[in-house]
Amino acid sequence: MAQNKILILFAHPLFEKSFVNEALVRHIPKSKNITFHDLYEEYPEFDIDVKREQALLQKHDIIIWHHPLYWYSCPPLLKQWIDMVLEYDWAYGKNGIALQNKLIFQAITTGGKKENYCEAGRDRYSIPELLEPFNQTAKVCHMHYLPPFVIHGTHQMNESEADNYGKIYADLLLYLKSNELDLKEMNSHFYLNEWFHSKSKNHG
Amino acid sequence: MDKGFFIQAIVYLTSAVVCVPIAKKLGLSSILGYLFAGIVIGPFVLGFIGSEGEDIMHFAEFGVVMMLFLIGLELDPYKFWKMRKFILGMGSMQLIGTGVSIFILCQLFLDWNWQTTVVIALALSLSSTAIVLQTLKEKGLSQTSMGRASFSVLLFQDIAVIPILAIIPLMMSGQAIPDNDLKSSLIIDLPGWIQTLIVLVAIIAVYFAGKYIVVPLLHIVAKTRLQELFTASALLLVMAVSYLMQLVGLSPALGAFMAGVVLANSEFRHELEGDIAPFKGLLLGLFFIGVGASINFKLIIDDPAYILIFGAILTAIKFFVLFGIGKFYKKSNDQNLLFSFGLSQAGEFGFVILSFSMQLNILPSILANQMMAIIALSMVSTPFLLLINEKWIDPFFGVKEKVKKPHDIIDENNEVIIAGFGHFGSTIGRLLKANGVKATILDHDSDRVDLLRKMGFKVYYGDASRLELLKAAGAENAKIFIAAIDNPEVNLSVVELLRKHFPHLNILTRARNRVDAYELIDHGVDKIYRETLYTAVHLGVDALTQLGHRKYSATRQGQRFIKYDEAAIRKLASKRHDKMAYLATVKDELEMQEQLLKNDLHINFSASDHAWDSEHLKKQITE
Repeated sequence: MAQNKILILFAHPLFEKSFVNEALVRHIPKSKNITFHDLYEEYPEFDIDVKREQALLQKHDIIIWHHPLYWYSCPPLLKQWIDMVLEYDWAYGKNGIALQNKLIFQAITTGGKKENYCEAGRDRYSIPELLEPFNQTAKVCHMHYLPPFVIHGTHQMNESEADNYGKIYADLLLYLKSNELDLKEMNSHFYLNEWFHSKSKNHG
Repeated sequence: MDKGFFIQAIVYLTSAVVCVPIAKKLGLSSILGYLFAGIVIGPFVLGFIGSEGEDIMHFAEFGVVMMLFLIGLELDPYKFWKMRKFILGMGSMQLIGTGVSIFILCQLFLDWNWQTTVVIALALSLSSTAIVLQTLKEKGLSQTSMGRASFSVLLFQDIAVIPILAIIPLMMSGQAIPDNDLKSSLIIDLPGWIQTLIVLVAIIAVYFAGKYIVVPLLHIVAKTRLQELFTASALLLVMAVSYLMQLVGLSPALGAFMAGVVLANSEFRHELEGDIAPFKGLLLGLFFIGVGASINFKLIIDDPAYILIFGAILTAIKFFVLFGIGKFYKKSNDQNLLFSFGLSQAGEFGFVILSFSMQLNILPSILANQMMAIIALSMVSTPFLLLINEKWIDPFFGVKEKVKKPHDIIDENNEVIIAGFGHFGSTIGRLLKANGVKATILDHDSDRVDLLRKMGFKVYYGDASRLELLKAAGAENAKIFIAAIDNPEVNLSVVELLRKHFPHLNILTRARNRVDAYELIDHGVDKIYRETLYTAVHLGVDALTQLGHRKYSATRQGQRFIKYDEAAIRKLASKRHDKMAYLATVKDELEMQEQLLKNDLHINFSASDHAWDSEHLKKQITE
């Protein structure tokens, strides 16, 4: 089958200090079908080149917003990107169908533990609940929003664990790139991690 | 000047200009080219020069003095201290091991008197700094363990030359009084202890004069901004010290070396290096031509077996002593082979010692000539030995030592060089320093250099548009070069020089304005920073704000304008050549402005993105 083309839109204002994200990014497989796009490196002054970003989006089938969770949302440059790139009459609106049927999900790191993200926990809401605005944005742009790939507890992680997550991320990307995807099955999972876990188990 | 001078000069220069490039083309060092040039014009081939060659030799020996001055300049005490174990250990082992072996063998098999043997053993145990360093550089081995070992041994030898030259006169058997004026000393008639005292005083005087008189004087000279005056001062310095040393009966080379060490820590180091180096190169070249011309081929032809066998045994002795040292320092086999073959020749200091001894009548001239022929042969043999090693010997030892990571033992080069430390360059330097990045700074304002050094910057005084200075500042090993010189012509010539000689460098260039930027674009520079662009746009943005525009919108317009202007300048830079005359006369400046303004008309400068603007949404609702 034709390969899926993946675009990773990476946003981290202090990447050099994040060893977990360093491990994730380091493991991203080198492939002509996987594009790593480091937004803070490209647009340090927030002057996003809208036309260029739109062209990039159109060349890919699966979009990943890859970022740490700051104050229950994304870093400001990614929000700037959403504001500027997803233009009226291009991504949404009467004639805005440029992104139709593309897949999109978020790859997220959080310092806190998974247990905190529930009604009884410190953060009161689950990750998918907190990410609803992104989900809705994707819907408005006619994209299929998938469950997030989440890495919790980065505050207490050691390097070998981070490395391990890097490997899982790499395997996930390779799988997404080369396989026909069953969206219904994917959406039945809370996190993409769980879906992929069940997949890799089946494959042995 | 009689016409003989011109003819001589033309003969020497022509031979050098013809032979040296040929040697280079064949992959041999320039020394061999000069030697060969000397042989060709010498009495045994073309016979252009005869006995007057000797006078030239006296003059050319001054090149050796300058070489020692430069070695002294290189010898930052701190660097020396870091490498002391290698320099002293390996260096002394090599010199003593080789010297003693040669001495014993010669005493056993040849009927020389012991003074002669000592002189010859010392002369032959030295290797050729020029050949080895050139080879290391060409093969990219300077930073390997073998390269550092070679450098240590050579450095020790360079220093050892000074005491050797001091000892040789002691070998004189008394009757033979030298007739040249090189050794005439004012104090020769005084009693021994006074002589010693005067010598010590002279040495101390050189140290203090260097620190407290020469450096301030150089400051004054530097302020005149006359390049040639600085060169003159540098030459004067070397000559004066040499003369002083002669007066007290020491070797001029020693004096020059000390002067060099004293000035090694001054900010003028690189500038002095750059000024003296061409003279040194030329005089050394002359020296080698002289040596080539004085090789007595008749002697070689009379007894070729003797020369060849002696040369082969000499090379073998040097090789095995070095190999033993390498083993002792636990070098891997292939590094050790390179090290041992690389240093297996006799060197230029051998010529110096031999001709010096010949003047003192310690050596009979036949023997000295034979030895010189042997040295020359051994120098010629090194490149071939290395080739043989590479092709046939080294492959047997299979295991290749990985080239070790660049080490900073002798390499104090910074990754960044900033040329020009005025208001522009200093801002860059401060930003880099605040982020822990060390930069080598070149500036031609000696007052500023002084001030900055007091504030802890590493600043060198000099004109950055000179290749020698760029080399001395480490342009070969740097990653980034920031050209921030106030004078745009100088800045441009620096950039030109860099692109020609150091194509690997990442050059970031200051441009005063659009005209400068065009020139830079023509030279293929792509990282150009126009002083007048960013500041002017910032001012324009503020003006918009004062007129009631929101700051963020105005700022975004400014960002967009910079991008547009950067693209426009590249487009117009090539267009500019369509016109016959484009130089920045007033008329052309006006024309340029007109071009720009016309260009602006085609671009719609209102915000083209719809972010945060809900006009279209409202419109959709009303439709």
